Amino acid sequence: MSSTTILNNVEERHIEELDAVTIRFAGDSGDGMQLTGTQFTNTSAVLGNDVSTLPDFPAEIRAPAGSLPGVSGFQLNFSNHDIRTPGDEPHVLVAMNPAALKVNLPDLEKGGLLIVNTDAFNDNNLKKAGYATNPLEDDSLSGYRLFKIPITTANRAALRDVVQISSKEMDRCKNFWALGLMYWLYDRPLEPTMRWIEGKFKKNAEVAKANVTALKAGFAYADATELFTTHYRVKRAAIAPGKYRNITGNEATALGCIAAAVLAERPLFYASYPITPASDILHALSSYKNFGVKTFQAEDEIAAICAAIGASFAGQLGLTGTSGPGLALKSEALGLAVMTELPLVVINVQRGGPSTGLPTKTEQADLLQAMFGRNGECPVAVVAAASPADCFNMAIEAFRIATTHMIPVVYLTDGYLGNGAEPWLLPKIEELPRFEVKFYSDPTTFKAYSRNPETLARPWAVPGTPGLEHRIGGIEKQDITGNVSYDPENHMHMVLTRAKKVDLIANDIPELEIFGEPEGRVLVLGWGSTYGAITSAVEEMQSQGYSVSSAHLRYLNPFPKNLGEVLGRFDRVLVPELNLGQLALLLRAKYLIPAISFAKVKGKPFKISELTAKIKEVYED
Amino acid sequence: MSANIEQGNGGNVAATIKLTRKDYVSDQEVRWCPGCGDYAILAQIQKVMPELGIKRENTVFVSGIGCSSRFPYYMNTYGFHTIHGRAPAVATGIKAANPELSVWVITGDGDALSIGGNHLIHAIRRNLDINIILFNNRIYGLTKGQYSPTSEFGKRTKSTPYGVIDYPLNPLSVALAAESTFVARSVDTFTAHLQDTVTRAMKHKGVSFVEVYQNCNIFNDGAYDMIKANDAKDERMIELKHGEPLVFGKARNKGIRMRSDMHLEVVELGDGISTSDLITHNEKATDSYLAYMLSRMEYPDYPVPIGVFRNVEKPTYEDMLEDQINSVIEKMGPGNLEKLMHSGDTWVIE
Ligand SMILES: Cc1ncc(C[n+]2csc(CCOP(=O)(O)OP(=O)(O)O)c2C)c(N)n1
Ligand code: SF4
Repeated sequence: MSSTTILNNVEERHIEELDAVTIRFAGDSGDGMQLTGTQFTNTSAVLGNDVSTLPDFPAEIRAPAGSLPGVSGFQLNFSNHDIRTPGDEPHVLVAMNPAALKVNLPDLEKGGLLIVNTDAFNDNNLKKAGYATNPLEDDSLSGYRLFKIPITTANRAALRDVVQISSKEMDRCKNFWALGLMYWLYDRPLEPTMRWIEGKFKKNAEVAKANVTALKAGFAYADATELFTTHYRVKRAAIAPGKYRNITGNEATALGCIAAAVLAERPLFYASYPITPASDILHALSSYKNFGVKTFQAEDEIAAICAAIGASFAGQLGLTGTSGPGLALKSEALGLAVMTELPLVVINVQRGGPSTGLPTKTEQADLLQAMFGRNGECPVAVVAAASPADCFNMAIEAFRIATTHMIPVVYLTDGYLGNGAEPWLLPKIEELPRFEVKFYSDPTTFKAYSRNPETLARPWAVPGTPGLEHRIGGIEKQDITGNVSYDPENHMHMVLTRAKKVDLIANDIPELEIFGEPEGRVLVLGWGSTYGAITSAVEEMQSQGYSVSSAHLRYLNPFPKNLGEVLGRFDRVLVPELNLGQLALLLRAKYLIPAISFAKVKGKPFKISELTAKIKEVYED
Repeated sequence: MSANIEQGNGGNVAATIKLTRKDYVSDQEVRWCPGCGDYAILAQIQKVMPELGIKRENTVFVSGIGCSSRFPYYMNTYGFHTIHGRAPAVATGIKAANPELSVWVITGDGDALSIGGNHLIHAIRRNLDINIILFNNRIYGLTKGQYSPTSEFGKRTKSTPYGVIDYPLNPLSVALAAESTFVARSVDTFTAHLQDTVTRAMKHKGVSFVEVYQNCNIFNDGAYDMIKANDAKDERMIELKHGEPLVFGKARNKGIRMRSDMHLEVVELGDGISTSDLITHNEKATDSYLAYMLSRMEYPDYPVPIGVFRNVEKPTYEDMLEDQINSVIEKMGPGNLEKLMHSGDTWVIE
């Protein structure tokens, strides 16, 4: 944010230009904060800003109203230039109750704008939030620009004579009132949200009217009360021309899987057991039935992966998706897919662990599980998406690799990517990677484990094909024939063959690209959802003249062919990860370099400032 | 092979060339202990396959882990030897992906009811048109002689030197509780009965659950001799036949009657009791109460029933899955990727 001055001239409220703003909406889980945040995001995106979001919901579905665990937040960053993260410290905090204030205030930037709903600051709520005295009435908030607004009362007053609904229902609209206020403050149009409300409450005209009225009332309040001396404008960003839509990582993953099915001309079969934060993929795919997608809600994760393997054996694109604990359950069956050399994609939307861990918070600590979490020498291909929109590309890549190489692919995203959103430049369908999927059909030459010389992939021979009857299974197979074999030499040969199969994928994936100079003092190497923060931090350092570059791994097994060489061109390699250094460990082991791990395991993404501080430290060391 | 066999479990009617048992024998050497009951079951299934009217290439045998689960390797069809307990889940994926296939699940008592219990009941409740054949030898064979979920209370095994203290599960009761639409029991050495039962299971449209009493001559030899031996079976077993009264005994002089307190009772015919007092077996009963009561009949209190306990129709999972897809396509038109990607709020930057 370039400027936060407010002019004291009450008469003339003027518009001030800002480069970027980070807002956090926070309230009780029943207050509709996710909706408010999403609406603000969409409106900003439609205005042409670049946007990035970070929803943060409680693990409890309905924690007691007003309690600290029940606080739900939604942070969004919108700007007039290219951004890649939801912002470090929010410039603005909208707190709908004392608990929301208590939980979120530590993150608000010093001098930041603080808007509170005074109506919610009653004795009961203050007590629930653990406040001994009312923070609105003592000096504790003097470091912020505090705006005390009786949102509940103002909202009721606006609705009372307009709609015929209970006061409880009226109160449910107060998030739109707050949104209206924020729309005034940041000079946004009301129309996109009004259109959304009318679509959403098509069947309940009174409720639609109430929400629209609340939205307008909040806007009018800000305009009429002269509460704010200034309002702000963030101009549209100079981003690549084209058609955009706002998309979350989970939506993009689901779309990518559908796209893969269309590109491969094979139906998709998605088997899953509900788990946060992966369930939205199941929800999305089960609504795309007209693409011929078969979705199967299995009795558990083991059944889900087994059904997906069965579907792959039968000739469909077998897909299963889960989060960390679910991947743990799937590991035995994943070994079966490796042994039977069938194509399969396993999505892991990582979350905080171990065990049930932090179900609604993000972490990228399943990398080693994806790499090694199985019995025996059991390599699979591993890919990871770098941003919400990138989930679309990597889902297609996962299927392309799985079918071309006849191998299971673990595709990693995480809670931050899955729930976070960004504008997505819609790709042209004809520019998506094509991949041909061919079934074997010639009985005269058929051998279940004969191999393509380039990929070592075996033929995909599906039941229903005359003359190709064969048996596969988890017991070691004789190469070429596929017969059961306990022969020691064959076993070693097959272990090496399966490893080689993964290595050969390196011929089929792009080389690692470097952001910045191809050599220098520090290379910051990341993978997964840390992309945005790392790139922004590195960009900032570069603009200050530091010899710092970054690179981002989307392919983790195998690594891109040029990785070793890239690593060798820098004095220091810094690896920021939301785990205790899992990629760093792999790099040290494979390339014998002293990769420096920068670990954060707090259920939260990196801040740009944390990264720049660490990069400086490593730089000067 | 009879050309016009009615279709049950997927699989199109075979072409004109008549296949024989030999066509279903794979080139793999069978590796069960000599004398194992599994041989008899394999032989009967290989024998009936050519008669079932399914194309060989449309036949898939899926198994878990255990001695019995080696079965698919010996069948010259498509086969998938999966992991312990998970065959029903893999079979679900195969059948749901391609309903044309005739899908068979071969499993053991440990495989199906212990590690795979969850998948078994869920595959059954979904009523996929698959055939589940459970080889029940009341022991873990492959792991060399531990007790299984069907082992008798008090039995001494390698892992229970002082006797089993788990109460056993009754596979048919489990299948009925999970609403299996076809439930039957047969015996490895009852050649004709086994063939007939397998054939009927295959023709049933919907899930078929067949328990086969199987001898493990190494770790549980003679487990069923008490009831199935030639000189015992007439008095200790009863064959269920649809529409016929529950009569048994060498002299056909005993039967099963329902007492007024809703308990089954063994009665002797004569002395005022005639076959009209006995229960008439109705495998088509819509509710499964009586089938469940029959599944509870155990020796020595009752003769052990074999045959078809239940055989009712209900839409199958794979058909409903296809129907749902078709009706959505009808309503919304076939999926269009371009349109889907461009849905939601979009905007153009120039
Ligand atoms: C995950 C897993 N746990 C345990 C085993 C070991 N195991 C193999 S077969 C078996 C029991 C088989 O018993 P049953 O299903 O009755 O088959 P049988 O061998 O008697 O035919 C066990 C415990 C395994 N293969 N995998
Ligand atoms: S151990 Fe028992 S069940 Fe296994 S092959 Fe031998 S006899 Fe058959």
